[in-house]
Amino acid sequence: MEYLGQVLFLLLLVVGFGFFIKNIKKLIRNIKLGRDIDRTDNSSARWKNMIRVALGQSKMVKRPIPAILHIFVYAGFVIINIEMLEIIVDGLFGTHRAFSFLGAGYNALIGIFEVLAFLVIFGVVVFWIRRNVIKLKRFNQPEMEGWAKRDANNIIYIETTLMCFFLIMNAADYYLQGINHTHYTAVGSFPISSLISPIFEGVNPATVAFVERFCWWAHIAGVMVFMNYLYYSKHLHIFLAFPNTYYANLKPQGEFNNLESVKKEVSLMMDPNADPYAAPVEPVGEPEKFGAQDVMDLNWVQLLNAYSCTECGRCTSSCPQNTTGKKLSPRKIMMSTRDRLEDVSKILDANNGKFVDDGKTLLNDYITPEELWACNTCNACVEECPIDISPLSIIMDMRRFLVMEQSAAPVELNNMMQNVENNAAPWQYNQMDRLNWKDEN
Amino acid sequence: MSANLVVPTMAEMMARGEQPEVLFWVGCSGSFDDRAKKITKAFVKILNRANVSFAVLGTEEGCTGDPAKRAGNEFAFQMQAMMNIQVLDGYEVKKIVTACPHCFNTLKNEYPDLGGKYEVVHHTQFLKSLLDDGRLTIEGGQFKGKRITFHDPCYLGRANQVYEAPRQLIEKLDAELVEMKRSRQNGFCCGAGGAQLFKEPEHGTKEVHVERTEEAIGTNAEIIAAGCPFCNTMLTDGVKFKEKESSVKVLDVAELIANAEDL
Ligand code: SF4
Ligand code: SF4
Repeated sequence: MEYLGQVLFLLLLVVGFGFFIKNIKKLIRNIKLGRDIDRTDNSSARWKNMIRVALGQSKMVKRPIPAILHIFVYAGFVIINIEMLEIIVDGLFGTHRAFSFLGAGYNALIGIFEVLAFLVIFGVVVFWIRRNVIKLKRFNQPEMEGWAKRDANNIIYIETTLMCFFLIMNAADYYLQGINHTHYTAVGSFPISSLISPIFEGVNPATVAFVERFCWWAHIAGVMVFMNYLYYSKHLHIFLAFPNTYYANLKPQGEFNNLESVKKEVSLMMDPNADPYAAPVEPVGEPEKFGAQDVMDLNWVQLLNAYSCTECGRCTSSCPQNTTGKKLSPRKIMMSTRDRLEDVSKILDANNGKFVDDGKTLLNDYITPEELWACNTCNACVEECPIDISPLSIIMDMRRFLVMEQSAAPVELNNMMQNVENNAAPWQYNQMDRLNWKDEN
Repeated sequence: MSANLVVPTMAEMMARGEQPEVLFWVGCSGSFDDRAKKITKAFVKILNRANVSFAVLGTEEGCTGDPAKRAGNEFAFQMQAMMNIQVLDGYEVKKIVTACPHCFNTLKNEYPDLGGKYEVVHHTQFLKSLLDDGRLTIEGGQFKGKRITFHDPCYLGRANQVYEAPRQLIEKLDAELVEMKRSRQNGFCCGAGGAQLFKEPEHGTKEVHVERTEEAIGTNAEIIAAGCPFCNTMLTDGVKFKEKESSVKVLDVAELIANAEDL
């Protein structure tokens, strides 16, 4: 019986991390469904970008209130997780506050954890109010109904609960230390929980010890549950923000890629030495589609983007088309891409890793042409995104599919493109008249 | 007036065995659109005044392919690009100036990968450099003390991080530069980009250009300065829609300078 706690604890860790690793594997498999794109260049600039944008939260400062609250929660979460190390050691070896040999440093650490835990609670409570009481517009747009809204609130509830367990555990510990209860040796400093501990005044020490143990277990179990919740949640960004900013597009926002597949065909057409009657060189395998119809036609960075999206809606709230009532919402582009990718993932799971056509595609079933055609390609969404996601690149790839594979552009755009091809201007003017302005009054 | 414009073509220059300092890429709007042609002429007047040796491609210029590319038609874009690159390389062009941010962006960022490598500047950057080099002087003239607000074109601002050149030019006019709430990185599109100029907007509650024009008018500016022929069209429409033509003018930065200098 003596080791029962430790064995249970080990089991908890194994199950928790086991599922977590399974989810990560699935995540990587799904992201790899995307087409290849080279983002191995310029690694020093990439590291810098990651440190500035993901670690340094540089793009959050634009909106100072959520930026400060988010720093509380973010710093709290990262730093308090150091405490997890001690919990794991205590759990496995049955010790009480194994790191307390650090002395004064330990006291300072626990003090900092407590203050941060308090700030986390403060932060998420304000977040909850912003979402549910003030009902800020960007959290209450159509794509946020249903799971997205519940998910956001779930995260808030889980974080609050975890922090409460942490503080109550410390409060009980502090109380027991004060009355010299069995092995509760006096260590740590408890700036916040010492304010809570008087509630234990007059309570049976054994009960207080039970509360302490209960909170300890609930805290670690909660962390394991939360860790495995991430895969299904926008909260995945706490990890993915880092690779996402590392692999971000570092070129000027105005530069759109030139499709390689088109390059080949155009250079053949332009080559005066090419034999026009020669049989086209058949590429091996299926020819690559122009543009994107489904998630597999996007590149892996775009799929990583979809999993990383925080659903914060900064993009949508700055989108000129969305703010003037159009259906286009860059956040929804990201959410729909993830939804489709998840549905594809389920198909893979059900068919031993093979994709079986389900009659659906990202285009039309998840994202409509109406949304795609509304975009101004203005880059406001890209500029705004706190983790360097580009909803615009997905919009463009899908437009390419509509135009080049389906000839499905709006009529006026077809006319424009025909003009460009026929007379080298988007309007029906003759190229020979291009310099007439010089002599006009 | 325009009889005085000196606009040599690259072909003429080549025949004379000359190579201009810079190629002026006029663009489709600047060549054909009545409103934009005025901007083209204003810019040429300044170039003439500053004795800049420049040339245009004239009938050898063709659309950069930008609107086709933003609409999703890579074929049409790359065909245009390859044809233009052949012409530009044939004339051994090194430096290009253009008054259209869309041409600017495409030439600068998307042509190199297709083999067309040039130094490309926006006309506001070019004018600023003329000023810095003492080749052009600007007196405030008629714009002294006037309230002017500058609308950042997406393809100049966010797309290429050019925010200051147009503003510095406006300040040289001794004008009072007032900023809209959404400016520079946070600039709000005029509604034309992404090939939207060529089609009807999707169903919504408002038109993008009206939203932006309202914001510009809200600064109480007498002049909305633009640096893009498309923005100019959209904002001019917006001013008309708000029935403010008598009190608010939409002018390109080049037009401001040409007017200030009575060119
Ligand atoms: S690029 Fe398109 S989706 Fe993004 S903000 Fe501009 S109009 Fe909206
Ligand atoms: S794409 Fe970026 S800005 Fe838009 S909701 Fe996702 S994280 Fe937020």
